[in-house]
Amino acid sequence: MKEYEIVVIGGGPAGLAAALEARENGAGEILILERDVRTGGILNQCIHNGFGLHTFQEELTGPEYADRFVQQVRKAGIETRCGSMVIRVGRDRTVTYVNREEGLTQVRAKAVILAMGCRERPRGALNIPGYRPAGIYSAGTAQRLVNLEGVCVGKKAVILGSGDIGLIMARRLTLEGTKVLAVAEVMPYSGGLKRNIVQCLDDFGIPLLLNHTVVEILGKKRVEGVVLARVDENRKPVPGTQRLLECDTLLLSVGLLPENELTRELGADMDRATGGPCVNQRMETRIPGIFACGNVLHVHDLVDYVSQEAALAGKEAALWIREESGRETKADCRGEGIFLQAGRGIRYTVPQRLDSAGNGGNVTVRFRVDGVYQDSSIAVYSKDCCLVRKKKRVLSPGEMEQLVLTAQQQDLCRRQGEIRICVETGREQ
Amino acid sequence: MIRELTCICCPLGCRLFVDDRHPEQVSGNSCPKGAQYAKNEVTDPRRTVTASVRVEGGELPMVSVKTSREIPKDRIFACMEKIRALRVFAPVKLGDVLLSDCAGTGVDIVATKTVERRMP
Ligand SMILES: Cc1cc2nc3c(=O)[nH]c(=O)nc-3n(C[C@H](O)[C@H](O)[C@H](O)COP(=O)(O)OP(=O)(O)OC[C@H]3O[C@@H](n4cnc5c(N)ncnc54)[C@H](O)[C@@H]3O)c2cc1C
Ligand code: SF4
Repeated sequence: MKEYEIVVIGGGPAGLAAALEARENGAGEILILERDVRTGGILNQCIHNGFGLHTFQEELTGPEYADRFVQQVRKAGIETRCGSMVIRVGRDRTVTYVNREEGLTQVRAKAVILAMGCRERPRGALNIPGYRPAGIYSAGTAQRLVNLEGVCVGKKAVILGSGDIGLIMARRLTLEGTKVLAVAEVMPYSGGLKRNIVQCLDDFGIPLLLNHTVVEILGKKRVEGVVLARVDENRKPVPGTQRLLECDTLLLSVGLLPENELTRELGADMDRATGGPCVNQRMETRIPGIFACGNVLHVHDLVDYVSQEAALAGKEAALWIREESGRETKADCRGEGIFLQAGRGIRYTVPQRLDSAGNGGNVTVRFRVDGVYQDSSIAVYSKDCCLVRKKKRVLSPGEMEQLVLTAQQQDLCRRQGEIRICVETGREQ
Repeated sequence: MIRELTCICCPLGCRLFVDDRHPEQVSGNSCPKGAQYAKNEVTDPRRTVTASVRVEGGELPMVSVKTSREIPKDRIFACMEKIRALRVFAPVKLGDVLLSDCAGTGVDIVATKTVERRMP
């Protein structure tokens, strides 16, 4: 069985950045396994611009952003195998994959980095009455068809869900000559970035219908129309508010789920709020030598943060090999550490844990809030002691937030055995 | 005419009001960035346009493209018409100019992806 220092699963922006940084930190043989025909991940189909403002101080399209990393990986001489689907990762860090040339192959690694990204929620999760006619696509599938295969999906479309992919596709279809009648959103706010609402909807006069949902799909062979209705606070359709929109296409932009079959089979503990594995501040799961980063850990809206988080995972994996592999037990000896508690207003945090050792550096905590808050603060407590308070004019579930904990602050929390992050609203302070 | 805009310069997303005859007079903004944004939006709004173009003989059927600079917003559909009529041959390299001076804007259409020739 061939041995590697590090095997990276997934060649998206997370996998590429992790591999590069691992090499920077002295890791020897690294292998990236990617099931698609080329690396770059979801960015290959995100042909719009707006990527990389933080990393490169310029606005790139998705493929251009990916290319910068692909070139660096090539220059660093990191082995990349495309068309290779990983089907199993063992606790002993054997990785099993299949491809056309080699068939079923096993390799062993000192450290494994999980970077499988996410996929769209299946449509079955939505219960819309009606037949299942042609013309219904998930937004990501439509994006792939239009951008990568040049397929025209329809003449008139309605989009359900106002996350970024739905918004981006509203503009994309409009530019390709499809009339987008409306974007309906069941929540009272859009989960997408403001910039996308303005540049993808307002620019083209596409209405955003908040508190609306699709209650019926008409047509047997092909979509002939959809019935929209307003919803109340409990997201139940309000009788008498139905209206029919004639269209031949319905796009469902209904959120992403981290792709974690492999992680679950491994037996890593999972966080129900993120859908990804729980990690400590080194992006390390509870299984020694198994790291995770990018959308497999939690859904990101900005690829720059994916690259940053992945670089950290790559660096820590390289350090782990140098310091601890062969001394398996030591990883467990770091002990439980403490859990970051998601207090009032906080949906989740990544990392979920600070291990008991710490590494003397700052830790960036990324999190999402559970609703829209104005003129509020984000606060970090350990017992009664407030460590950080950051004023925020606006907090929204659509925008990932982050804050930094210094080594001293982490140590205090470890001593006190508690750390809690919460939202404090203006009035209550 | 008074126009209502959403500022996109930060997550706050202030509602801006601006008179298009007096673009200096902006209200609703919480900081100077918003005023500048509103002024640009009513005097000379510009956008980058991205799309995909069919490639003959390539390892992929389509190559992604963008306008090399921002173009006036009211020229978006004129540019799209030209882009949609475009056909190119592999290989295409990232950064290649596939169409110069698109629809009289003085802006080029460039490839944002490399597509090699398909192996026979
Ligand atoms: C539609 C869409 C639009 C977006 N728009 C923007 C934007 O405008 N600006 C921005 O900054 N960010 C945007 N993002 C976010 C950003 O692009 C993603 O967060 C980023 O691509 C995530 O990187 P990743 O490497 O974690 O996942 P991915 O890019 O999904 O890569 C994961 C890779 O792993 C591979 N893989 C999965 N399972 C296996 C397996 N078992 N074996 C082998 N390989 C496997 C997949 O094929 C894929 O290539 C967008 C995301 C999406 C989905
Ligand atoms: S006006 Fe200033 S504060 Fe308001 S959204 Fe724009 S940049 Fe943000």
